Parts: sequence; C-alpha cells; structure tokens
Amino acid sequence: MAKIKGAVIIDQQRCKGCDLCVVACPTNVLQLQPKEVNDRGYHFAFTANPDACIGCASCAMLCPDACFTVYKVTIADNN
Amino acid sequence: MNSEEIIKNGTLIYSRPKLLNERNTHYCPGCSHGVVHRILAEILEEMGLEDKAIGVAPVGCAVFAYNYIDVDWIEAAHGRAPAVATAASRLNPENVVFTYQGDGDLAAIGTAETIHAANRGENIVIIFINNAIYGMTGGQMAPTTLLGQKTATTPYGRRADLNGFPIKMSDILAQLDGTCYVTRQAVHTPGAVRKAKKALRQAFENVLAKKGTSVVEIVSTCNSGWKLTPAQSNDWMAANMFDKYPLGDLKNI
Repeated sequence: MAKIKGAVIIDQQRCKGCDLCVVACPTNVLQLQPKEVNDRGYHFAFTANPDACIGCASCAMLCPDACFTVYKVTIADNN
Repeated sequence: MNSEEIIKNGTLIYSRPKLLNERNTHYCPGCSHGVVHRILAEILEEMGLEDKAIGVAPVGCAVFAYNYIDVDWIEAAHGRAPAVATAASRLNPENVVFTYQGDGDLAAIGTAETIHAANRGENIVIIFINNAIYGMTGGQMAPTTLLGQKTATTPYGRRADLNGFPIKMSDILAQLDGTCYVTRQAVHTPGAVRKAKKALRQAFENVLAKKGTSVVEIVSTCNSGWKLTPAQSNDWMAANMFDKYPLGDLKNI
C-alpha cells in the first residue's frame, strides 16, 4: 500500500496558543511550547513529532488564526 | 522523507486564503469567529466574489471584521445589519451582500430588522454566530443563553421564571416565506468545519441565483465568556448547546 506523509508549516508569530490544533491532530504531531513564547507572549504550537504527520489538515481546519500551511506526498511502494 | 522534502516535493493541501489579510485578529485565542472568518474568506475567494461581495457588520466582537477580510464592508448600527444590507442589495443587485451578526445583535436588538428582512425575502446571506452570550461586553446573558447557564448577569444560572426561555431564531426564520435556506452548523471539529463551509457556499450560491434570504447559523464558543479553555469550550458546546440548537438544515428550497 502506498504510504501518505504530510508536513505542516506553522506561522508561529500569528499563533495564539489556543491548543485547538493539538487536540484536533489525530496523530499527536503538534504540541504547545512549554516555556518559549512568541513576540505577542503566546505559547505557540510546534511540530513535536513531525514524522507522524499524515497531511490530513485537521489542524488547518480548526485553526482560528489560519496559521497552517499543509503539504502531502504519496510514497509508492516499491515491492 | 523528512518534512523539508515533503514541503518541497509535496502537493499543497491547505494554505491561508489570500483574502484574509496579514493583520492579527483581536479575537481571544480559540474563538470561533476566527474559523468562520477563515472559511468565509476561502469561499469568497473560491467563488471569485472578491470584487462583488459587500459585507455588513454591526456591533459585537465581529465589528472589526472589515480589518481582516479584504472585501467591501459597511458598518451598521447595533442590530441594523439586515436593514443596511437590504439597501445595499437593492441598490446594487449585481453585488453579493452578506451580514455577519452575533446572537446579541441578531436575536436581541436586531430581531425586528432580521425578521422583516427575511420576511421580505431580501437577496442576502445572514451569517449568525450564536455563542449564547454577549461576548464583547463581558459575558452577560443573551436571549440565546441556555437555561441554567451561568453568565455575568445570571450568576446562579438562567431561570425561566425570571429571564424567559432561550430563543431559537433560525427556527423562527425558517417559518417565513422569504427565506430559501436556513441551516445550523458548528465549527468544533474538522468535519463540522467542512460542513459549515459547504453550507456557507450554498448560501452564497442562492444569492447569485437570486432565490431570497439565506440564513447560516453557526453555533459557536466564547471561551472567555464561558470561563473555559478553547478545547473545553468545544466539548461544553457539543455536550450542552446541541440539545437546544440541533445541527442540520431547517429549510432548503
């Protein structure tokens, strides 16, 4: 079966750290920064586990500040 | 394959709509307004209505919507958006006019304007954000507040004998002959957001087909007013609001 992999780019300065993307992600890719904050003082989201991303764009659907850009590739099996 | 290679070689699944400009919104973190703004900008862009759309935003948190979505906007007095939209759509029949109202605006001070605009079948889209509270002014009771819900002005919960019952505006509007499409949606899960976007698209298509008034109610959260985190607010809404405000199409002709 072909494998699907995804990647997200997060606009970290725009992020308000609302946590909705972290809850929405089915593969637990995202987390909020525990200590670091952006210019506006929010604990922004980052990809803690980028390899698990499947490019489903659930995070992008729920983000109220449109911080996400989502890419996806389908890797064909060589077997 | 690492993330950089995927970004370089992969297909773009989602990116920010260009109509939604770079300005940071003033909404609280996790507010449903942000999601609705985003899907609205996506639809206007997909349907090529950038130059044809006229938005009318009255008073409420969404009063600054003109700052964020780059289409033409008119600022209306509190509750009077459907009246202003009536004039805008009658004088510019080739344009697509929509209002963006909260529950305090549409269901309290602007009830008369809303009902009569819908009853006349004005060719507009009414986007109704129902979060069961007055969010902008500090979380007071709204007409749509649920029985037993605690707000700044009902600290022991809303009582039917003292404060009356929550009003279901979409059900009232669905009874009127002027409306062609009345639906109630939410934006708490990715699936719900996709459905809400489809409903909003249908509403704008109705305006292009000159079918009459379309009402899209979005059951929303106000995490600051409800004193919950954004994720808890979504759960609270799913557990409590949908009993009183069930999702789905109320009218589609």
